[in-house]
Amino acid sequence: MKSLVFALASAALLSACAGQQEGPKTAAGKPTRDLPVIDKNPFPSVYKPYASQPTLIRGVNIYDGAGGKIIGGEVLLVDGKVAAIGQSVAAPEGVTVIDGAGKWVTPGVIDVHSHLGNYPSPSVEAHQDGNEVTGANTADVWAEHGVWPQDPGFTRALAGGITTLHILPGSANLFGGRGVSLRNVPGRTVQEMKFPGAPYTLKMACGENPKRVYGSRNQKPGSRMGNIAVDRATWAKAQEYDRKWDEYEGKVKAGSAALKDVPARDIAMDTLRGVLDGEILVQNHCYRADEMALVLDMAKEFGYKVTTFHHAVEAYKIADLLKANGTCAAMWADWWGFKMEAYDGIRENLPFVHAAGGCAVTHSDDDLGIQRLNQETAKALADGNRAGLDIKPEAAWTWIGINAAKALGLDKEIGSLAPGKRADVVLWNGDPLSVYAKAEKVWIDGALMFDALSRMRPVSDFELGQPGEGDPK
Amino acid sequence: MKRLLSLLALTIATPAFAETVAIVNGKVATIARAEPIENGTVLIRDGRIVSVGSNVAVPADARVVDAGGGWVTPGLFAGYSRVGIVEVDAVSGTNDIQATSAPYAAAIDIAPAVNPLTTAIAVTRIEGVTRAAVMPDAGNDIFGGQGLVLSLGEGTPITRQQAFQYIVMGEDGARLAGGSRGALFARLADAFAEAAAYARNPAGYGYGRDRGSLLKRADAAALAKVISGEVPAVVSVNRASDIVNVLALKKAYPRLRLILAGAAEGWTVADKIAAAGVPVLASVAPNLPESFEALAATQSNVGRMIRAGVKVAIVPIGRDLNHQVRLIPQQAGNLVAQGRIPGGVQVSHAEALAALTRNPAEIFGLGGELGTLEPGKRADVVVWSGDPIELASAPTALFIDGRETPLVSRQTKLRDRYNPLKQDTLPKQYSR
Repeated sequence: MKSLVFALASAALLSACAGQQEGPKTAAGKPTRDLPVIDKNPFPSVYKPYASQPTLIRGVNIYDGAGGKIIGGEVLLVDGKVAAIGQSVAAPEGVTVIDGAGKWVTPGVIDVHSHLGNYPSPSVEAHQDGNEVTGANTADVWAEHGVWPQDPGFTRALAGGITTLHILPGSANLFGGRGVSLRNVPGRTVQEMKFPGAPYTLKMACGENPKRVYGSRNQKPGSRMGNIAVDRATWAKAQEYDRKWDEYEGKVKAGSAALKDVPARDIAMDTLRGVLDGEILVQNHCYRADEMALVLDMAKEFGYKVTTFHHAVEAYKIADLLKANGTCAAMWADWWGFKMEAYDGIRENLPFVHAAGGCAVTHSDDDLGIQRLNQETAKALADGNRAGLDIKPEAAWTWIGINAAKALGLDKEIGSLAPGKRADVVLWNGDPLSVYAKAEKVWIDGALMFDALSRMRPVSDFELGQPGEGDPK
Repeated sequence: MKRLLSLLALTIATPAFAETVAIVNGKVATIARAEPIENGTVLIRDGRIVSVGSNVAVPADARVVDAGGGWVTPGLFAGYSRVGIVEVDAVSGTNDIQATSAPYAAAIDIAPAVNPLTTAIAVTRIEGVTRAAVMPDAGNDIFGGQGLVLSLGEGTPITRQQAFQYIVMGEDGARLAGGSRGALFARLADAFAEAAAYARNPAGYGYGRDRGSLLKRADAAALAKVISGEVPAVVSVNRASDIVNVLALKKAYPRLRLILAGAAEGWTVADKIAAAGVPVLASVAPNLPESFEALAATQSNVGRMIRAGVKVAIVPIGRDLNHQVRLIPQQAGNLVAQGRIPGGVQVSHAEALAALTRNPAEIFGLGGELGTLEPGKRADVVVWSGDPIELASAPTALFIDGRETPLVSRQTKLRDRYNPLKQDTLPKQYSR
């Protein structure tokens, strides 16, 4: 009996456990004897920051990720955290000093929508692990269970300044499963990459994909009406599940629970319950403005929040509505036209959402795009300003800085260079909003993990012994 | 001579647009020379460039366009695309890229699929792309059919019809040929032999009318033009060993005019490609081992091939071929940036620009007409707000065959309708 999940699958096993003195434990170390409680973290992160040296970057230009800019400033990294940032900061003796003249520093770039590890390179049939396309509701699947840590894509993203990325299941299903936030450090296992304490997310999808995939199999949903109908029926069940477990847990707390009170466990419903309880954040794939508006009402009906719409190609049409609901929109700079719901894409989507006071986020959904989210942001910034807006470059950096962190519920830890935050830092060899800039050094929790100058870059197991091994790529 | 005549016949003459325009005060990248001309003038008359330089007299009847010190370049030429033959990828009726159940392959001529009013053309044009090679994809055979060179202007849409044959090799080609690279080369050899038989005696070519025939008569006719060198073959190929095998085809078919497309591992055999004098259509960004035929993929690929002496045109990445052809300048910028890290390859700004203009024009046999700003050439001219390959830059004026084209698309109309600076009292649908 390896885990509580397994234990709960069988009432017989459960009762067999009940009288033991020292019951088995989950990976998180919690005992499973006596009355079961749901282990919310059965695959815990074992990531620990790698060794770091106190580092001072001097004379460097800074986009701080929260909308600020410093020209010729300083950033001090100590013990894996940002210790100080400013025009000049007090640094301890013996600190490693890096001359940042002519260079730029930003917080590590965050991609809120990636499939690295789930759809790794090489993109062969055996590697298609990003979408459980076997039912409209697969809220029981977890992206982390399909992440291959040896995906060379992680190393390319690192060279593009990515320090945190969020892996989401695909969009064939209405409820696609759980997403997971990763530190972009190489690992042997996904647990070595998991962002400690990061909230889980639930991937949902509206629009063309679910109704096409299941409708074509003569299953529900086969239309946009069916999409919402199945969503609502599922949320109604989730509310009932939530009530039963709340009631049971209340009894456990009061000391009045018995084994016969234990509700049936449903792994998919656990995730939906987490959403209703505000612990799991909804990441909703949705393109069209009218559909996003419907989803926002549905969320109100069932008492949950949509944290972020993904792709949101028509977010610019309802930027006011998104702002009023406190929902972020994670967008491409310029993708359009590949399907009907992407037909009205415009290059000003990000800046228009920003100008309305909304939470605009640049995302990639792509193993090449993730390598240059700075460039995608730069294009959208220029397009917005050409349309008459006046958005500062440092404000645009929030789209891959603090706004992206907010979209993942991680804004207290990452997304900006502020004292006490994780020292996820990129040193660029030029203004990173220019096409000519490349990441020169990348620190994750203060540890240098990439250095173009000394050619320090990870090479995945897959690429060892292959043509081009160790190339700057 | 016969070949020349036939080429001319398929290069569609564009009616002259009668206007004299002087683009003045520009940083003119003629591409014919490495350094741009500061404070230069480009004089256009009746659709052609008349003169270029810093001391060009502006005629009294010329309409003057002030470039405001901005860059002036030839129109960009996307050497590999599907622009103009698809409106929405996932709406099959609007998508003419592939014919998976057609009885024909090499014979397919993509020209009737071109819709000059498809939205992607204006969307692409207003970002500086004035010409594009458009290829059908292979659907049921290794031969995709006959592609064309498209004008993205408002005049004659097709610059050259039946400009090349598109052939798929490598993993995809092996699949289309029945499951192995051996089958692929057998298919190619057999089809070329049949085409040669057709060329020797078209009237006597009996194959292709019987059920089960391996090459239709119409396909044989199209392939005859390939082995005679009348039209080039754009060959999609990526793995180093596959590239070498494709280059070797020139031994068996000496008149074959090869153009490699993709060439993800091209840098590992760049000397062989250069020695064969074969040009390449390649993207910069793909640097992942997406398949076992692209294990050596790197953003240095294009730079290394250029350094080896290969003529390279920078083309859109796979996902961008239909709607995002406009992003080729970003790739050119990334190519230059790659030279700024240790282990990268230095590629100059001028070389990067040439890979978007002169190189593709020459590769498709249109070097005499397009690709540089030189007297006598078609006046495809773009005026830019800044460095053409920098992210923040965009065209401020655009001429195709000398005709100025407004910088308007369906997207700019949506942009203007929903601009947050604009207040409406009625629903947005009343605003345009």
